[in-house]
Amino acid sequence: MDLNLTPAELKFRDELRAWLRANVPSDWEKHRTEDEMRERFEFLRVWQKKVYQAGWAGLSWPKEYGGRGAPLMEQVIFTEEMARAAAPPLANVLGLSLIGPTIIAFGTDPQKKRFLANILSADEIWCQGFSEPNAGSDLANVRTEARLDGDHYVINGQKVWNSYGWAADWCALLTRSDPNSTKHQGLTYILVDMKSPGVEVRPLRQMTGESEFCEIFFHDVRVPAANVLGKVGDGWNVAIGTLAHERATLGAGVQITLKRQFDRLVQLSHTTIRNGKPAAEDPVIRQKLGQCYTDIEIMRLNQMRAISRINQKGVPGPEGSVLKIFWTELNQRFQQIATELLGPYASLTKGDPHAIDEGQWAYGFLRARGNTIEAGTSEVQRNIVGHFVLGLPKSY
Amino acid sequence: MQFELTETQQTLKNTVLKFLAAECPMAEVRRLMETDTAFDPALWRKIAEQGWTGMLIPESYGGFGMGMVDMASALEEIGRALMPGPFFSTVLMAGPLIERAGNENQKQKYLGAIARGEAKVTVAFLEDPPAWSPDGVQMTARAAGGGYLLDGKKLFVPDAAVADFLVVIARLEGQLALFMVGSNSKGLSISPMSSMDLTRKVYEVALDGVKIAPEDVLATGAAAAAALGPARAIATAGLVAEMTGGMQRLLEITVEYAKTRKQFGRPIGQFQAVQHQCADMLLYTESSRSGAYYAAYALQEAIPEAPLAVSVAKAYSSDAYRETGNRAIQVHGGMGFTWENDAHLYYRRAKVSEQMFGDAAFHREQIAKMVVDAHPARPEEKAAGRG
Repeated sequence: MDLNLTPAELKFRDELRAWLRANVPSDWEKHRTEDEMRERFEFLRVWQKKVYQAGWAGLSWPKEYGGRGAPLMEQVIFTEEMARAAAPPLANVLGLSLIGPTIIAFGTDPQKKRFLANILSADEIWCQGFSEPNAGSDLANVRTEARLDGDHYVINGQKVWNSYGWAADWCALLTRSDPNSTKHQGLTYILVDMKSPGVEVRPLRQMTGESEFCEIFFHDVRVPAANVLGKVGDGWNVAIGTLAHERATLGAGVQITLKRQFDRLVQLSHTTIRNGKPAAEDPVIRQKLGQCYTDIEIMRLNQMRAISRINQKGVPGPEGSVLKIFWTELNQRFQQIATELLGPYASLTKGDPHAIDEGQWAYGFLRARGNTIEAGTSEVQRNIVGHFVLGLPKSY
Repeated sequence: MQFELTETQQTLKNTVLKFLAAECPMAEVRRLMETDTAFDPALWRKIAEQGWTGMLIPESYGGFGMGMVDMASALEEIGRALMPGPFFSTVLMAGPLIERAGNENQKQKYLGAIARGEAKVTVAFLEDPPAWSPDGVQMTARAAGGGYLLDGKKLFVPDAAVADFLVVIARLEGQLALFMVGSNSKGLSISPMSSMDLTRKVYEVALDGVKIAPEDVLATGAAAAAALGPARAIATAGLVAEMTGGMQRLLEITVEYAKTRKQFGRPIGQFQAVQHQCADMLLYTESSRSGAYYAAYALQEAIPEAPLAVSVAKAYSSDAYRETGNRAIQVHGGMGFTWENDAHLYYRRAKVSEQMFGDAAFHREQIAKMVVDAHPARPEEKAAGRG
């Protein structure tokens, strides 16, 4: 057991820290709280381009496709340092965390050349088309049809819950290419230009009032057969191939963001008056803060063990599901405790003069509700743990 | 960064696992738990021959000077096997305390004997009312005839009936003081307390004018307090490793049962209501393990935040072990409620371990002291106030 960073990792971290100190835009907080969604996204796209040009994007991606060919640990350090510096997130989230790695794993050389560098530079934004109205937790029930017609596939169907669908230039689409197939067989993963005729994007308004997600409709959309990623009919394996990776590495940033929010809450606990004295002196609140700190720290340690396992064994296991269950449920508990500690002011949203921290606590409380649903519900994650980790019979 | 056991530690852990499977299987645990002291001299001798009693003791005192992570990996298996007897009290509680509080002569005398398996030693801390904070220690030593006299009662003293020595924590002129007391001292009487945990026996120790020679004073005042904190941290981290092992065993027997027990024509583990409870048990067990390993590592490497790491680990596993036990018994159904099923033996251990060295609420308050009180408000906000 050795939790110290190596000299090389320390050097990398220090260089990155220095760069972030000099380059994190000072007006980010203003953009974060005041911009409309599309303005903010444009800001983030410009920021990602800057990160890419400085050589920090796609650290673990191969050099010949614009990455740095660095070890996984540098990617983890990058995620942590970005969160620690409160830097803006990178715009092309899905391209960077899921679709790029999938293209690296399954793509042909021309596909890698065509797509990867543009993902890193944010010149092309990606969304993912997996879920459908009747394929949510039962993801293998995908019905969107891909029918071969010459050297093109013709796509018809509807996708839903597409994050960044409104901003995307490309979509990584899971389709049914064999109409006689069921479940995991007969699926094909195909890369679709969102500017193709017949693609229609409709924003979905979620309970926070924002529209992060969209519905996407495909009417006779023609896609070159050369855009199939992996083998025709092997779409399921292509689609889930990098999910575990994402669950294992994305958590590093989530943990530090939670820790920063916790530290802020601790500050506020000294100035928030409850029952005539600072909340920080209320024994019940102290218990709850102690509990939150414990859980946030345990999350960090679970995360480190998961990364160690990838470093040792090369591939992440389905243990990523344990991390996802842990942080999503923890975030809900944390937001509840934060709003409880802060009292009535915590319920005020952006724009109200009495709102605390521009209403971020009210927003955080509502947004956290989605965590245990998006990217695989807690129930599905527990099925994965039960079946793939513990070896219990498949329940569905 | 490498946050898993090394190959050597994994080998050590496997050796302990195999040894206990052969020498201390559940049948033997059940036999011992029905005895008054749960102590088997033959098993103790074999443990000492294996070198376990000397693992933490520095080489200069006849031990192996191994690190706390090595110790934790062995303790996981010891907790998994529910090994009864005075190992924990001697090696995790008394040894580290004597090492930090004793003078050279005392260390040579007691640590060497512990390492060789010749001395079993326990620590007498709690009184009535029981409190894990040092403020709870009220027993007071009186100076008399060049030495001291001790009077009063200690409660929940583990393995006192089989211990050769007790480290008694008392007060001298208001300050903490640590005394070595031979178990055959005049005026010392030891009577069993009927604990829920059948595999860890605890005792009431009454001291009635017990004489302490000056050379049996381990430490007083600031030195005693300075030794007690870190020694308690080691025992607490050790306990969390043991608890993790117990959780691992509960998880294994429960998953096995869920795979084989059939209802409605299929294994109950196929029902999500059951499967999800098993998934939660894995989450608790792995999270507890993360906390246990980090606490052990932080102590071993003397990282400044070690006390925080220990409180985090104990706050987490105090609840997690009990919750794992709840789910284990629930999934076992009626079988889980029977005496013959092992789940209740772990559940009993979970409940008592929850309290030992402070429960979750105790450690959450410690964390609040270290984290909340240490980070005051931003000055400008303090001036402005709110609410």
